[in-house]
Amino acid sequence: MEAKAQKIVKSSRMRNVASKLVSNKAALLGLAIIVIIILLCALAPLMTPYNPTKPDFSAQVQPPGGAHPFGTDKLGRDILARVLYGGRVSILIGLSGAVGGMLLGVIIGSLCGYFRGWLDAVFVKVAELVSIFPQILLVLVLVTILQQSMYNLIMIFIATGWVATFRMVRGRFFSLREESFVEACRVFGLGDLSIAFRHILPNCLGPVIVQLTLNTAGFILQEAALSFIGLGVPSGTPTWGNIMNAAKEIVSINQYPWVWLAPGLAIALFVLGVNFFGDGLRDALDPKQI
Amino acid sequence: MGNEILLELKNIRKYFPVEEGMFRRTVGTVKAVDDVSLFVRRGETLGLVGESGCGKTTLGKIIVRLHKPTQGQLNYRLDDGGFKDLLSLDKQESFHAHRRIQMVFQDPYSSLNPVKTILSAFDEPMRVHGMASAKERKQRTADLLEAVNLRSEYMYRYPHEFSGGQLQRISIARALCIKPDLVVCDEPVSALDVSIQAQVLNLMKELQRRMNLTYVFIAHDLSVVEYMSNRIAVMYLGKIVELAGSGDLYSRYRHPYTRALLSAVPIPEIGAKKSRVVLEGDVPSPINPPEGCRFHTRCSFSQARCAQEEPPLRPYAEHEDHWVACHFAETLHQADDWVIQQP
Amino acid sequence: MSENKDILLSIRNLKTHFHVRKRVIRAVDGVSLDVRAGKTLGLVGESGCGKSITAHTILRLLPKTARIKDGEIIFHSRKRQPVDLLKLQPSGKEMRGIRGNDISMIFQDPMSSLNPVYRIGDQIVESILEHENTTRAEAMERALEMLKRLSIPSAEKRIREYPHQFSGGMKQRVMIAMGLICNPELLIADEPTTALDVTIQAQILELMQELQRQLGFTIILITHNMGIVADVADDVAVMYMGKIMEFGSKEDVFLRPSHPYTRALLKSVPVLGNSGRDLLEPIRGSTPDPSDLPEGCSFAPRCDFAKPECGQAIPYVDVGNGHLVRCVLAEGREVRDGQ
Repeated sequence: MEAKAQKIVKSSRMRNVASKLVSNKAALLGLAIIVIIILLCALAPLMTPYNPTKPDFSAQVQPPGGAHPFGTDKLGRDILARVLYGGRVSILIGLSGAVGGMLLGVIIGSLCGYFRGWLDAVFVKVAELVSIFPQILLVLVLVTILQQSMYNLIMIFIATGWVATFRMVRGRFFSLREESFVEACRVFGLGDLSIAFRHILPNCLGPVIVQLTLNTAGFILQEAALSFIGLGVPSGTPTWGNIMNAAKEIVSINQYPWVWLAPGLAIALFVLGVNFFGDGLRDALDPKQI
Repeated sequence: MGNEILLELKNIRKYFPVEEGMFRRTVGTVKAVDDVSLFVRRGETLGLVGESGCGKTTLGKIIVRLHKPTQGQLNYRLDDGGFKDLLSLDKQESFHAHRRIQMVFQDPYSSLNPVKTILSAFDEPMRVHGMASAKERKQRTADLLEAVNLRSEYMYRYPHEFSGGQLQRISIARALCIKPDLVVCDEPVSALDVSIQAQVLNLMKELQRRMNLTYVFIAHDLSVVEYMSNRIAVMYLGKIVELAGSGDLYSRYRHPYTRALLSAVPIPEIGAKKSRVVLEGDVPSPINPPEGCRFHTRCSFSQARCAQEEPPLRPYAEHEDHWVACHFAETLHQADDWVIQQP
Repeated sequence: MSENKDILLSIRNLKTHFHVRKRVIRAVDGVSLDVRAGKTLGLVGESGCGKSITAHTILRLLPKTARIKDGEIIFHSRKRQPVDLLKLQPSGKEMRGIRGNDISMIFQDPMSSLNPVYRIGDQIVESILEHENTTRAEAMERALEMLKRLSIPSAEKRIREYPHQFSGGMKQRVMIAMGLICNPELLIADEPTTALDVTIQAQILELMQELQRQLGFTIILITHNMGIVADVADDVAVMYMGKIMEFGSKEDVFLRPSHPYTRALLKSVPVLGNSGRDLLEPIRGSTPDPSDLPEGCSFAPRCDFAKPECGQAIPYVDVGNGHLVRCVLAEGREVRDGQ
């Protein structure tokens, strides 16, 4: 009975958010792009008969068309297959890095913003340290210690990505905890954790979601950059960055543009979709916007 | 209204440290509330009035335990008739005590969580205080909304869909959802337009009568406090300077500050020429309040004794319910220029 | 409302509308007023009634979304020919010469009206140097004199201090000093004491009245507090949803309130000394949506005396001695004054 009443309230809020989202064309377009790219990557074996890692020396650097709609690279691997399989890894890295960073940032930010005191002082210093430490150095150090791997990359993204969310959540908490509705919760005798996470936190979700989308996009770009210089995911695994890595020489840039154009476009398109959707979601989550 | 005392404040002090610099060195203390004792009778409205910084809001927040006082007792009448200090309760008792004392805040726009519907704002307090089933809680929400003259369907809406006056009525209803005995109202109408203020004030009076509520009514506007209260405590720099029945306070004020405050209130009537007592200077800082009587720096009747000796809050001769903190309360009102001519 | 020598400012049928997202908000919708020279006009109304917009229109300080649709504001200055302020360019030379010099304004929030990074003295002399041909030293001298006049203790020292070193009441004194430094003919005070405590409010009001007696300027006092109006105004204009509902001398409006809104407003505020003996009579409902005002009288939906005629054009009639009322109930009570 109780759960049902709760559900009615919640579902009406979700419906409200959804209806606002549907009326926002840019957000819908963004969502469509994200869903299509993710579906294509997830269903890669159905989309292409080729193995993305198996060289085929009979079909080196073929231009797009015919059996290879996006062409092949120098080892004769099908570019479409590589972009689709690579997308799985790139998107996984971007999303899990961003989600992990968000969770960490939200939890630490909420606790610091609500309780303040020494806890807050410590984490503010830690956040400062993380943000001034050159990320590339961190990558180099970790690669030296732990070797290159997808999981290490995700760990690095989480370790550096929580800071922005942390600062934002903490800042919002500082102003929100002075609001009368928070004092009202305390007068009702509600517990601190319940006030922090169930009453204050939902008021910060709009910017957090936007940060999540920005981070997802940013991490996909960073993965591409790190893999491009050979510090990201080991080159055996195709990712959008690794595919472009293969096009480092000037000869590929000039003469085989399809080798780097396809993954480049995939990155651009996906990042664009994520940003569109994030903006729309922020507006939809704000109950004040009609 | 009986004579039963519901809440008694004993020597309440609240000092806030003033911190400075990187290492949060304490460089002084703000004595926001300094040795305040008073009681509230069941069913009455006690008004707390004073200018900004006098400590009235801090005192209100101490009563609802949003602030923990530096010192003092908060004795509350329990159902068995005995008193218990709310500041020395264990965790479980303390939680249950929150049900008895509620608060209505000044800013109606920030009193309700913007991302929660009215229903969920009402539902949770009732649920944690173990009241009724979900269906009954919903029914109570509907009843309360109707009690404050709003439609019960409004429970599915969000706060931003209401006007300030409506929000304040919702906040009042929400404070009542767990059936408290005492409601601390902190400037409940000062953010509202004049034409809306009367609606809310009358509603509060009606709810008090219907639900047998006790109010502590905090405001800076003396005419509003007088309209609502049975007794009024006038505060100045963290202290109560005068406490009297509201009619007595108006016609038989004995403290020079009360006199200045009363004469400063503009009255929307014209008639006999009113002489205004204009106080010199500003309210001194509560960080280093004046020695002796805190009002002596602005008091035109001040004597040497006032600067040295702090006057205690003591009963004034004529009436058991009239207390004043002035050395010269018995003689001052015989001064020629004491009476303020009101229209 | 005849042409009269002692009228300083005469507003006729002023309409200031706002265009916000295809909706039109008629913030000021046909305001007519006469401001008598040397007197205080109290302009009262609730928030959103258009009282501040009226003041900003006089000074031509309106945001870009505002359009002045109609009307005239004739300023009968002693120093110049009568001029219609609405015909001047808002940022033209002539308007800048009037604004801050002949007509000045003080605002509700003294905290945010002063620039925190400049000394008090520098902020006061700025308007002298802008409007007059004088040296900085002379201007400083005058600023000091003005601060002393506003009974700011140890003015010589305080003139070199920054705004954060001043209390709220002292800041409002500085604002008044800035408003009066160029010896204006008209001072518009927009809720000058709303942010202040009552005892400080009493100080400021007393001071403004005293300075008015000394210097002879005219005041338009904008407030929501009927008590302040009863205290300091000579004439009163009661405004509701962009229109003047009732206008007249303070005695007329308070002793013979003729518009139901004025009467309701007076009955809905607690009066000190009444001690809650009789219940207040609240005005029912709430103010209508300013972009969707009812036809005819905008108070009709909340009025106890509403009649079908209230939905039509409402006459603005003189019920005696320039006591003007915009209400169908006042019809037939108007005085024929030979016009």
